[in-house]
This record gives sequence, structure tokens and C-alpha cells, in this order.
Amino acid sequence: MVLRSVLTAFAALWLGTLQAQEPIRIGSFLAVTGPAAFLGDPEQKTLELYVEKLNSAGGVLGRKLQLFAYDSAGDAEKARTFAKRLIEQDKVDVIVGGSTTGETMAVVPLAEQAGVPFISLAGAVVIIEPVKKWVFKTPHTDRMACDKIFVDMKARGVSRVGLISGAGGFDKSMRAECLKVSKNHGVEVVADESYGPADTDMTPQLTKIRQNPQVQAVLNAGFGQGPAIVTKNFKQIGMIVPLYQSHGVASKEFIKLAGEAAEGVRLPAAALLVSDKLADSDPQKIVVARYRSEYEARFKSDVSTFGGHAYDGLMLAVEAMKKAGSADKARVRDALENVKGYIGTGGIVNMSATDHMGLDLSAFRMLEIRKGDWTLVK
Amino acid sequence: MLARLASPRTGGLAALALVVLLLPLALRNNYYYEVAILVGLNAIVCVGLNLLIGYAGQISLGHAGFFGLGAYASAILTARYGWPPLAAMAAATGGVAVLAYLIGRPILVLRGHYLAMATLGMGIIISIVIANEDRLTGGPDGMAVPPLSLLGYRLAGERLWYWVVGALLVFAVWLAQNLVESPHGRALRALHTSEIGAEVAGIDSARHKVRVFVISAVYAAFAGSLTAHYAGFITPTKVTFFHSIELVTMVVFGGMASTFGAVVGAAVLTTLPQALTLFEEYEMVVFGAVMMLTMIFMPKGLVPTIAARFPNRRANE
Amino acid sequence: MSAQFLQFFLAGLTIGAIYALVALGFSIIYNASHVINFAQGEFVMIGGMTTVSLTAIGWPLPFAIAAAVLAAAAIGLALEKFAVEPARGASVVTLIIITIGASILLRGLATLVWDKKFHALKPFSGDAPIGIGGATVLPQSLWVLGMTLVIVLLLTWFFGRTLLGKALLATSHNRLAAQLVGINVRTVLLAAFGLSAALGAIAGILVAPITFTAWDIGVMLGLKGFAAAILGGLGSGPGAVLGGLVLGLLEAMGAGYLSSAYKDVIAFVIILAVLVFRPSGLLGTRSTDRV
Repeated sequence: MVLRSVLTAFAALWLGTLQAQEPIRIGSFLAVTGPAAFLGDPEQKTLELYVEKLNSAGGVLGRKLQLFAYDSAGDAEKARTFAKRLIEQDKVDVIVGGSTTGETMAVVPLAEQAGVPFISLAGAVVIIEPVKKWVFKTPHTDRMACDKIFVDMKARGVSRVGLISGAGGFDKSMRAECLKVSKNHGVEVVADESYGPADTDMTPQLTKIRQNPQVQAVLNAGFGQGPAIVTKNFKQIGMIVPLYQSHGVASKEFIKLAGEAAEGVRLPAAALLVSDKLADSDPQKIVVARYRSEYEARFKSDVSTFGGHAYDGLMLAVEAMKKAGSADKARVRDALENVKGYIGTGGIVNMSATDHMGLDLSAFRMLEIRKGDWTLVK
Repeated sequence: MLARLASPRTGGLAALALVVLLLPLALRNNYYYEVAILVGLNAIVCVGLNLLIGYAGQISLGHAGFFGLGAYASAILTARYGWPPLAAMAAATGGVAVLAYLIGRPILVLRGHYLAMATLGMGIIISIVIANEDRLTGGPDGMAVPPLSLLGYRLAGERLWYWVVGALLVFAVWLAQNLVESPHGRALRALHTSEIGAEVAGIDSARHKVRVFVISAVYAAFAGSLTAHYAGFITPTKVTFFHSIELVTMVVFGGMASTFGAVVGAAVLTTLPQALTLFEEYEMVVFGAVMMLTMIFMPKGLVPTIAARFPNRRANE
Repeated sequence: MSAQFLQFFLAGLTIGAIYALVALGFSIIYNASHVINFAQGEFVMIGGMTTVSLTAIGWPLPFAIAAAVLAAAAIGLALEKFAVEPARGASVVTLIIITIGASILLRGLATLVWDKKFHALKPFSGDAPIGIGGATVLPQSLWVLGMTLVIVLLLTWFFGRTLLGKALLATSHNRLAAQLVGINVRTVLLAAFGLSAALGAIAGILVAPITFTAWDIGVMLGLKGFAAAILGGLGSGPGAVLGGLVLGLLEAMGAGYLSSAYKDVIAFVIILAVLVFRPSGLLGTRSTDRV
């Protein structure tokens, strides 16, 4: 009698452990420290938070998620080494990571060779153009930002613009894209200045732009604290033409740093920043409002679009796994490529074999800063 | 023959070759091979840098600049101009040698912290130029590099590269040891102890300093080229001041005036960040603390301090 | 044209004053101990970040500043006591690595104590730009320039008139002789580190309203401060100030008139050229070695 119950218990335990399957492994390399910590920090927090939430809701396909996250500190070679570690050692099923373009591009050949779906969180258009079989991305491209800004400029009657950008990868990439597409919108770039990564005073460069009588608006393709300094200097030397920033400063940090000088500045950004100002009928409202409240409740700090990109990356991967019915890499990849109408914090995603980002210009909203807060430009 | 094997010089070299041969038994997957290869590449740079810092007593806080120039020259010649990789590597290394000579002649007159500043400035200038000339170098996001190919045979895959880097490391160490024992090496050690004294004895200190500077630059550039072709990608992060400091730390940590110290230093400090990922947020704190504590308690570096415990062996090989 | 020149000049002077303060910190420590403290930039960071944290929880600005300076000085003392003193007699390169390790450690601690974001400090007397001859300058810039001048004067008085200051100078000239006349060299060393840390912290606090502060601003500022100290001549106080101002002006003029992308290159090339022709810096004395 006792023996039977012991045997039964044993059998139940054994079968139980067989059923408790291997967890789904999500790999990530992010620039949590270093010059791009602005990006990687909210990204990592987001991934950790939502892996936890998904697990407490029962996991995905009945399996728990296990997150392997490494800090690549913005260094492409570290990113490569960690990506190899994720692929070879940790044997992850999907990679959601790569805060910067440099780190992403260094890992692309690895993902392609090993056949692991890789959802990048970096900005440059070169990541998905030309399309690579295993590589996707969630953030809007820098080219889209330029397009959105130039369209808005034209609507305001501006056709000649002064460009000022920093020395980082994001800055240079966006500057190159803006120079390329400006003609398409009938806009001419008549001044082109730059500043260094740790510069603290851009009045020399802005003074040069101000001297140029042709300049009707200024576009700062920048990221980090540089744009905040540019904005303050802009006001300091009394420039009154419109100032546009990039989506690289789409976070409350920028407003806090630039202070009053940020008044009237326009920039393209994801709907996440204005979640409370969206019309109730806006399809993105539910998703962005929920992400915002959950992130802010847990981390007691303002939400950022970069964290939003990580959220989208993770959720897209999960969605793809559910559609594919497994975590098999090839099937997940195919499912990712066929995502249609998925609502993320960055916009509505419609992927295809030729578009591994899935966002169009409407995913970007044009915002203007008024009284220290974001407002939607209609 | 056994006596020769016991001598620190050949014995050490044999030990290194043995380690290179047997290590694959412990390397479980491509990730481990990758780390081993990175160790080897860093070690090659450090062996050269050690000649400058350890033996000649000079200082360079800008050696990542030479590493980067070698890497980028090789990358640009193969990716943008279609040169065959070996020719590009040779040209890159040769070009850096010439540049090191031209830079070295005026700045090696400086001493101590002034020399440190000059090499620092040189490194920063190189890294800014590389990061800014994006049409040529791909800018801060870097550029892709075609793989190395020898007579039409492509060198790809971690295992193959491991053997290549391992062999080149053993060769580099052998070369460095020969240099140290040569009249040039003796002249360097003399001028390290006392520059005035060495000059009185008839040694042209300027010529020797420039020569070792160029040699160490060549080591760095060669390793840079290899790294670019191995990784298939190069970014300016490898050219920054931080990387220069990493290299100097590896040399000093392992033990100056000790070629094997340089190898050990490279091995420890390349693998340490991988091991420290466990610490996540505390990684920087732990790394800084490790650097400080080892330098305070083992100011001569790891290998000489350990070797000093075995008084029969010479402590500086 | 001249309004533009004035704008560049004022920008260069402001940042130059900050470099000068950091360079002074390098010089003072070097004088006392022949150590180059590569963690100097971190004191700048600590000053700024501490002040930001304290004002954020409601401390009035003057108290926050005082507390931040004291905190930095305390860390400077700790650095000397626990890192530099045990390594007495080690080679130049070893000491460099120790201070670099210290700077990494301090930065790592900063990310734990604070965070990785940028923070702004409220300007001391408002944000309204002041027009001077066609150029505009922020009131905070005037604070920077004014306070730097006050500090330089205070230091001149300190080194020339107080016993501790004179003891510091004596130690820098000849350590053995100073010990022989009864100067406690250990105390002098501690004082040097504490003073340099305080200087760095003040620089960080003065400049935080203009440039923002974060856990890693110390790196570039430390590097430029070091370059300024070398340019002016290591060990020379006036040299440090001159080096800082010259470096700041070179950067601003380079950015304004030549190329904004390459302004750092221009500055460093000029520094290298100066070093080639005057190997001991602008105001440095030619050192003589005993053979």
C-alpha cells in the first residue's frame, strides 16, 4: 500500500518534470553602460519587466521565458562576442537587442550564419536595407525621421535648412540620410555644422549658422545630451527660426535638461510619448497607455521610446512564436515576416519579405514642446 | 637538451606552444574559441607594447591608434579598393611603420608624463579622424571587412583562425625574445636604467627609442589587420583612448619587462569581462577594484611577482 | 565679424576656466607626489552629481554645494590613503594604472549611487543671456569666470602665506629637505589630494548648469584638464591656468573658424607642436636629472 503510493508519487513527479519543458531562451545584448546607456538602460529594464510579467501569466506556449542579457556598452566587438555567447553557449531561440547600429551590424553576419531570428533595436536604415533574411528591427529609421521633418517644414513654408549634428553613429547616419532625401521634399540644406561627442558649448557652430542669411529653420540630428546643449545655446544667442530635433531625444530627459529653451521645438516621435493626449479612437492608445503605466509604476521614472522599442521587439517575438506554435527558429522567422496589423508602441507593424521593419510614416507623430510637455501637432 | 628546455627562454616558449596546442581540449564551442582568439590577438599587441613600456621604459597611451590604423587600412584597401587581403595587410603594416617612424622621431624626445600626453594626443587625433571620415571609414558605425584569403582559400571559421592566431602568437613571442637578447634589446635595457649612462657608453638612445616604437607599432598594426579580417567588421571603438588604456593595463598587470607577462596579462584582462558578466551592474566597480588592488599589492605585475617566488629562475622572462 | 569673434572668445574662455580648475588639481597633486591622478575628472563629476542630488531632495543650493565639495574632498583623501600611499615607490606606469583603476571604480560606483542619465543643475542666477558687444553670454559663464579668478587668487594666498601651503610647495621642490625641516609629508600629501578633489568638485558644480552632469562626464574633462596641465607645464600653477585657458580658446576658435568636427584634433595638434618645441610646456621649468 505504502509502496504503491510512493511509486505513484514518483511516477507523477517524473511525468511532471517531463512536462515542465525547457524554457524558451531569449537572448539580448544591450548598451546598458557606456555612451549609449540612454538607450540600453530602459531597454534592459523593459525586457526584464515583461519577461517577468509573461512568466507570471503562464509563459508562452506553456513554457517559461528565460532572458540572457549582456551589457555590450556600445562596443561593436563586445556585442559580437556576446552574440556568439548567446548563440553558441546559451543557445538562445531569438535575439532581441543591439541598442546601436554599430553593434547591430557587427552581429548581423552571425545571426545570418547561425540562422537565429534577430530583432534589432537600433535606428539606421542600413540594418534592413538591403533586407537580410534573419534580421528585423522595431525602431523607426532615421530616414523616416528626416522625411517626417521635411514634410512638416514644407508645410510651414520652410525650404532652406541649416543642419547641425554630432559625432556619434546615430547623428552621422541621420545627417547622411537627411542630405540624401532633402531634395525629394524640395528642401535645400544650406549649412552643415557638427560638434564633438562630449562638447559643452555649441555657440560657435550656431553662430556660424545664424550668420547665414539663407537659413529658415535648423535641424539638429543628434542624440544624448548634445541636442539639449544645442537647444539652450540656440535660445542663448537669440535665434528665432524654428528648431527641429530628432527622435533621438524623444524622452522627458531632454525637456528637463533643455528647460525653457525647449519651448516650441518640434520633433518626430512615437505615440508613446503622448499616450495621454491621444484620441480614444486612436488604435495605439491602449497599448501605449498600458506600457507607460506599467513601466512608470515599476521603475518610477519617465517612459522612453527606446524602452518602447524593446517592448515591441519582445512582444513581436512572442507573437511570432504563438503564431508559429513553436520556438523553432525558422518557423519563428517566417511568422515574424508575416506579422500584419500588430499594434506596438512604435506604431502599427506590417512586415513583409521586403520590409523587415513594418512601420510607415504615419507611425511617427510630429510633436511640439509646449510648457514643458509634449503636444501633438495636427 | 633538457637543460635548454629548463632555461626560462626556450622553456617558456615551449610551454606557450604547448598551451596553444592543448587548449582546444578545453574549448567547448565557438564562443570559447572566439574568446581564445581575442586573447591571442590582444597578446600579440601586448607583446609588442611590452617591448616599449617594459624593456625600454617608455610609455604610450595611444597604441590603440596604431592598432586601429592597421585594422582600417587593411579594411579600406580590401573593401573599397579590392586589394587582395594579404597585400592589404602588408601595406597596412608597412604604412603604419612609416607613420610611427615619422611621429616617433619628434615625440620620443619627450619624457615621462609629457611623452604620455604626446602619445595620448596622437591616439586621440587618429581616433577622431577615423570616426569623422565616414565616406572612407564608415564613421562611428564602422564598416564591414572581407575575410582573409590565401591563394584563393578563404580563412573563415573559429577553429581555423585559432590555429592561425596561435601560431602567429608563438612566432611573435619568439621574435620579441630574440629582440630582447639582441644588441638592440640590450641597448634598450641600458637606456631604461639610465639614459645618460647609456649615451655615455655610446648608445644612440634616440635611434633605439624610435626603433622600438616602430616595432611595437608594427605588432599593433599587424594584430589590428588580423582582427579586422577575423571579425569581418571594424568600428572606431577599437581606436579609442579606452582601448589604449586597456592595452597598457594588460602589459602592466601581466608584468613589465616580461614577454610572457604580457601574454598572461592579455589573457586575464580579456577573459575577465566575460567572467564579470555575472556581476552585471557591479562590473565596473569590480573591474576597477581588481585593477587597483593588483597594482597596489603586485606593483611589478603578475608574472614577475610569481616568478620571484622561485628564486632559481630569472625573474624577467 | 568682431561680434562673432567675441562670441567664440567668450565660449572659449568659459570652458577654458573649467579646464584650468581641473588642470590646477592635476598640478597640485603632481607637485606633492609626482603622481598624475587620472581620477581627477571623477571629482568634477562627483561635485556636480552630489549637488544635483542634494538640491533635488530640497537642500538649499549653498549647503548642497558645500556638502558636495566636502564629499569630494573626503573621497580624495580616501584615494590617497588607500590607493596611492600603499603604492609608494612604484613606477610611473603602475601609479597611472592605479589611478585609472580608481577612476573606473568611481564611475562604477556613480552608476550605482545615481544613475546613467544626464542631470541639469539650476543656474545660480538665472538663465537670461547677457549681451556684450553683439555676443551673448550666460550669467552662469560669468559665475564660472568670476569664481575661477577668486579661486586662483585664494590659492596664490594659500601657497604664499599659509603654513600648509608653503609646506606643500616645499615638498614639491624637495621632499627630503622638507622632511628634514619637520614637514609631515604624509599630511601634505593628504592635503594635496583633498584640495585637488575640492577644486575638481567646484569646477563640476560651476559648470553643471551649462553642460549638464552625468556619471561619465569626468572622462573627457579629466583628459582635457591633463592636456591643459601638460601644455602649461606640469607642476606650474600659473601654467595650469594658462594651459586651461589656451586649450579652451583653441577649441572655440578652431570650431568657429576652421572645422567644428575637427576642433579637438586642431587643439591636440597644437599641443603636440608646443611640446616638441618646448618639451616642458609653456611655463614649465626645464628639469634637470641627477646622473
